[in-house]
Amino acid sequence: MSTAMFGSGIRRREDPRLITGAASYTDDLTLPGMLHAAMLRSPHAHARIGAIDASRAKSARGVVAVYTSADTEGALQPSPCAWLLPDSDLKIAEYPCLAKDTVRYVGEIVAVVVAESRYQAYDALELIDVDYDPLPAAIDLEQAGGPDAPRLHAEIEGNQAFHWTVSGGDVDAAFANADVIVKERILQQRLIPTAMETRSAVASYTRASGELTLWNTTQNPHIVRFLCSLVTGVPEDRLRVVAPEVGGGFGSKIAVYPADFVTVFCAMKLGSPVKWTETRSENYQATTHGRNHVQDVELAATNDGRITGIRATVRAGMGAYLSTAAPGIPTILHGLMLSGVYDIPAIHEEVYGLYTNETPVEAYRGAGRPEATFMLERLVDVLADKLDMDPAEVRRKNFIPKFDDGHDVATGLTYDSGDYEQALDKLLRHADYAGLRAEQEEARQQGRYPGIGLSTYVEICGLGPSQVAGAIGFQGGLWESAIVRFHPSGKVHVFIGASPHGQGEETTFAQIVAAELGVSPEDVKVVHGDTDNTPMGWGTYGSRTTAVGGAALALTARKIREKCKVIAAHLLEAAVEDMEYEDGNFFVKGSPDNGKTIQDIALMANVSWNMPEGVESGLEASTFYDPPNFVFPYGAHLALVEVDAETGQVELKRYIALDDCGPQINPTIVAGQVHGGVVQGIGQALWEEAVYDEDGQLLSGSMLDYALPRADKLPEIEVLSTVTPSPHHPLGVKGIGEAGTIASTAAVYNAVMDALKPLNAPAVDMPFTPERVWRAIQKGKGN
Amino acid sequence: MKKTQVQTIVNGRPVEFLCEPRQSLLEVLRDNLSLTGTKEGCNDGNCGACTVEMDGRIVPSCLVLGVEAEGAQIVTIEGIALGSGLHEVQKAFLEGAALQCGVCTPGFIVATKALLEQNPNPTEHEIRFWLANNLCRCTGYDKIVRSVQAAACRLQEEAPA
Ligand code: FES
Ligand code: FES
Repeated sequence: MSTAMFGSGIRRREDPRLITGAASYTDDLTLPGMLHAAMLRSPHAHARIGAIDASRAKSARGVVAVYTSADTEGALQPSPCAWLLPDSDLKIAEYPCLAKDTVRYVGEIVAVVVAESRYQAYDALELIDVDYDPLPAAIDLEQAGGPDAPRLHAEIEGNQAFHWTVSGGDVDAAFANADVIVKERILQQRLIPTAMETRSAVASYTRASGELTLWNTTQNPHIVRFLCSLVTGVPEDRLRVVAPEVGGGFGSKIAVYPADFVTVFCAMKLGSPVKWTETRSENYQATTHGRNHVQDVELAATNDGRITGIRATVRAGMGAYLSTAAPGIPTILHGLMLSGVYDIPAIHEEVYGLYTNETPVEAYRGAGRPEATFMLERLVDVLADKLDMDPAEVRRKNFIPKFDDGHDVATGLTYDSGDYEQALDKLLRHADYAGLRAEQEEARQQGRYPGIGLSTYVEICGLGPSQVAGAIGFQGGLWESAIVRFHPSGKVHVFIGASPHGQGEETTFAQIVAAELGVSPEDVKVVHGDTDNTPMGWGTYGSRTTAVGGAALALTARKIREKCKVIAAHLLEAAVEDMEYEDGNFFVKGSPDNGKTIQDIALMANVSWNMPEGVESGLEASTFYDPPNFVFPYGAHLALVEVDAETGQVELKRYIALDDCGPQINPTIVAGQVHGGVVQGIGQALWEEAVYDEDGQLLSGSMLDYALPRADKLPEIEVLSTVTPSPHHPLGVKGIGEAGTIASTAAVYNAVMDALKPLNAPAVDMPFTPERVWRAIQKGKGN
Repeated sequence: MKKTQVQTIVNGRPVEFLCEPRQSLLEVLRDNLSLTGTKEGCNDGNCGACTVEMDGRIVPSCLVLGVEAEGAQIVTIEGIALGSGLHEVQKAFLEGAALQCGVCTPGFIVATKALLEQNPNPTEHEIRFWLANNLCRCTGYDKIVRSVQAAACRLQEEAPA
């Protein structure tokens, strides 16, 4: 029964507590004597701070304290950037937890009020008088690096945070010898991740012992402990970080944040627990954003559609400061993926990271890879159009042929395994692509404008070997760890360092253990999220928890199995070599009916009455798994849209996703990840955009202004798969958390441009609002 | 600020609380009554995470004042499960894997229950429209819609003919 656990869409064990309202998220916590913090945030995108007068606030009812940067001097180090991208002339501007003499984005923290109630704290914010001397703001990414742009940080010329290059093959020759060259300027608009749970921190400090506990909405509690220790000076052994139930992250809960450190500071200073929870508008202003590229990209090709080179210059907006992992996102996770699923001999990209007076940018679902996929997939369609070829045909012509144990691409990566053509073929068969094209022809005759868009992608995830992390400047490891502990009654406790926040790994990890050890998943409890009772782990991002953490767990379970085999041999008075194992039963070859169950052995190991010579008591094992390479899931997506030429309205009619993430541990959970990911990518293409005005005010500062995907605007998401195991992974699995987002923006974009083709409309910047589409249609008509 | 005494019925139990006139029902539920199952996603009526039932209608509790609860009958996610176990909508969400991080889920369950009470056999189109006020960032809504359909079937099977 148990081996069937791998690959079964069993119900998520997380759900009973979530559907009854019993789960506890950070903001749900209340501690005795708890105070409430509220942050005074800058209303200006760029201003010098003069005098701050907090006297009225300090004497307001219920207010316990007001602090500004003068109070935290020496007590809080700057908020760190922890991805020190090498060979890039990286310039990290100091990011003080409370602004010192200058504010550089709307929402930057200037002061904190601590009061007995949340209302009192927010009321008192209005009583703090701050003298601001506004400065011109650098907002437009195309101007921010120029000589006339206002400078954010005195010591950083041209607002340039870094300049990074990736190069492989002879690009100049490729372009010199090209039959055709196609070029595009692509705007990857700024997006707001919008996890449904806003960020929150509860800090509790015990003066007598010097111990601090921080409950925090984070994707990576162990990283928070590490960095919080550096910033606040609380030694790591006295610092406990707990990620309770976490309500989605999508990258925005990777970073460590000034507000969290300020909350810790308040709790330490006051000796009372302090809670801080951001409002949604604070979340939009001050929790990290995503994307924000201006991409100039060109493709060289032969007349028959063979791509021979790609060349790109990208300006990436970083916001006012470099967030924790920010420098690696538009570079390592972007530029190295520019070969995509294609065999491209020559690649060159220059990336300029620029400071602007906006909210810091971080990873957002896909993190660099959607921006790379989009560049390629858009240009492939433009090339197909130019050569009058079918977009599917151009893709097929350029695919890397099937490989199952390594393929090198020009950017220096070695992909693990893939069969890209099979994926596209299966997708097109399911969609009846030829039929869709025929229907499109017919519809066009009738004056309707349907469009079909394809996107074929490969992504890098399962981050990654730690040695590579070191080489690319990531200030941490990228391994994961697991402990498996068998209790005398045969129940199993699993402790993992990774920290899922909605992905359902309490279930999938129980399935891995069940499959490896022949126990029921019901008998496996998975513990995560508390640094005091889990081994170190580097967190959940880059679709790495199942890939890396799952491998650590499988290998740990296999260690347990090996030990059980030795004990079983001893109990059955047989040689270890003669032992066999099947579904939780250890027996001498040929006599499965006289075996010992793993539960029998667990009891014996725990009581330890009769153990083989030299074998330790207890039944517990642990593994630190450092992957030998990344994993490379891939797939092919198709979007079908229809554009109303009168109004510019785009309707998404159908969406089909084919993804290959290797063997699926729980196909129901995989499909859920695909659905959610796809819809986030659709959101970028059709609705979402963080809009700043030229003074740096965030115009899309609420859910009313920032258009999120809603149920009534979406069709069913059809989910298909192929299965190509990763050759280097103990379970063969790859990641799936970001795949949907990586593929879908380009698929929808290509579909809309395909719909607009007979109307001669020029390229439209995302998102495809009816107004933009309508204007493009008018331009096509020559109006 | 002066506080007002409010008497109301929450999840079938009479309760009394003191609240400031400006406090929302959402805040009262979470902070005064420790019913933290109801979530705040936006505090301005745009996400549906705070949906509760009030006198048989669903409302975003962030847009209702605590004092308005005087004399009302309120049902929150904590009161949806029946004495004998989960509500059919909860069962359908569980079986259909209609949730991931779970923050939006209480609101979806309360809203779905209300939909099916009004319209026991909704089309997919009607379901999507009804739930358009509830935001979910994790699921892409697909499994939620399927689970609502499944809940409708379950409830119809259960209903006396
Ligand atoms: S919190 Fe009430 S609608 Fe969002
Ligand atoms: S399950 Fe996370 S927002 Fe819906």
